[in-house]
Amino acid sequence: MAEIGRRHLLAGLAALGAGACSRIGESESATSIFDSAESWHREAQRALAGRQRLAPEFEPSDISLTFRGNGSLTVDTADYRAELSKGFPNWRLTVTGLVDKPLSLSLEALRALPQRKQITRHDCVEGWSAIGEWTGVPLSSLLDAALVRPEANFIVFRCADTLYGRRYYESVDMIDAYHPQTIVAHQLNGENLPEKNGAPLRMRIERQLGYKHAKYLTGIEAVASLDNVGEGKGGFWEDVADYQWYAGI
Amino acid sequence: MRHALSTRLWHWINALAVVVLFMSGLTISNAHRRLYWGHSGFSPEEAWLHVMRFPGWATLPMFRYDLAEARDWHNTAAWLFALGLLAYWIVILVNGHFRRDVAAGPRAYAPGAIWGTIRGYLTGENRRTEKVDYNPLQRIAYAFVLGVFLPGMVLTGLAMSPGIEPAAPWLVEFFGGRQSARSIHFLFAFALLGFLVVHVAMVFVAGPVKTLGGMIVARPGKENAHG
Repeated sequence: MAEIGRRHLLAGLAALGAGACSRIGESESATSIFDSAESWHREAQRALAGRQRLAPEFEPSDISLTFRGNGSLTVDTADYRAELSKGFPNWRLTVTGLVDKPLSLSLEALRALPQRKQITRHDCVEGWSAIGEWTGVPLSSLLDAALVRPEANFIVFRCADTLYGRRYYESVDMIDAYHPQTIVAHQLNGENLPEKNGAPLRMRIERQLGYKHAKYLTGIEAVASLDNVGEGKGGFWEDVADYQWYAGI
Repeated sequence: MRHALSTRLWHWINALAVVVLFMSGLTISNAHRRLYWGHSGFSPEEAWLHVMRFPGWATLPMFRYDLAEARDWHNTAAWLFALGLLAYWIVILVNGHFRRDVAAGPRAYAPGAIWGTIRGYLTGENRRTEKVDYNPLQRIAYAFVLGVFLPGMVLTGLAMSPGIEPAAPWLVEFFGGRQSARSIHFLFAFALLGFLVVHVAMVFVAGPVKTLGGMIVARPGKENAHG
């Protein structure tokens, strides 16, 4: 009895080591265990933080000296460079999909709307953090202006930049879409957004990691399901490298 | 020494979780190999430590860099680790194992008690006597691992989550900011690795058949204080 117990245990521990894990990690059952564990994190975090609790906001003295750019650092087209040099006079942000009143807004129109200013910490999935002051329009006010229909469950962010030959995009559920700190930012530290940080517009999704904060934003789309968006996983990194859609951990 | 079922069960579940967490944690460390103090940091000038790149045989997944999969392993094993630790703490507080066998009172820290234990290890006397109790050094080690390092891993892990912070901003403040929590998470992980190395070495010194057997099966026979 004792010997059998020990042998089983040692065999189990041995299987744990080595390549076994790598193979387990790619199997379907492991993926579904991973997805369950990750969705428990989402449920637990949502239960603890609710819809409205804010990410911490910092003092001006906490602002990072420079704000690191990561992922796409520009949009590699002649159109973008021309717009960048002229201050984006022709850039439009559209609000489409499951809305009764689609919008197409210039930067000037966005700047004329009520603004929110927040000094927040940006946490990259890689591990680093930077603090910056963001100014922008709360996404909730754009969604309200566009009259989002009740059947919309997700908001998709369309971007101008491409990585590995694919268009970047991201998405959040309606809880994060309507969160007070979720803004379409056009300024960083009181200046127009720098090119590497997503000029002229980027999302701030302050309760999630950096890859959710879509840059070079061109469109906001209300959808019922993410199945037919991109490859169906809700974002560029989710599609390309299987990062989790919920990035609160 | 023989152990209660709760201790044996938790010991091996926790061992499994810790191995997965540590190895996947090395992949996560490889994703950004600098540590900072305070709320933020990303540049080499801000770092207090430049971390080595951990080799493929030590990471999970092995021999390839896959941050997304490493995070899945890490965040999944974290449930096993955190809930297991919480359950074990409740059990050992209720059944008296902590108070009786682990809690290191002031007497455990007395120089005489510690020196006596060290001398016992050096002379081999500790091995010759049939043990009925943890010695002061064991009590100190187990008390710190159970009371500080293991829960510290859970709490610093939570403090790094942007989705937890809105619910518990005080937790992040307690550690001095997110990047401080990340640094402490890293340091505690290696403190636990240090414990693991000594722990396993002691298993071999004390006789692996006897000690591993005691952690796996409840041998029939007379009960002792740790039954």
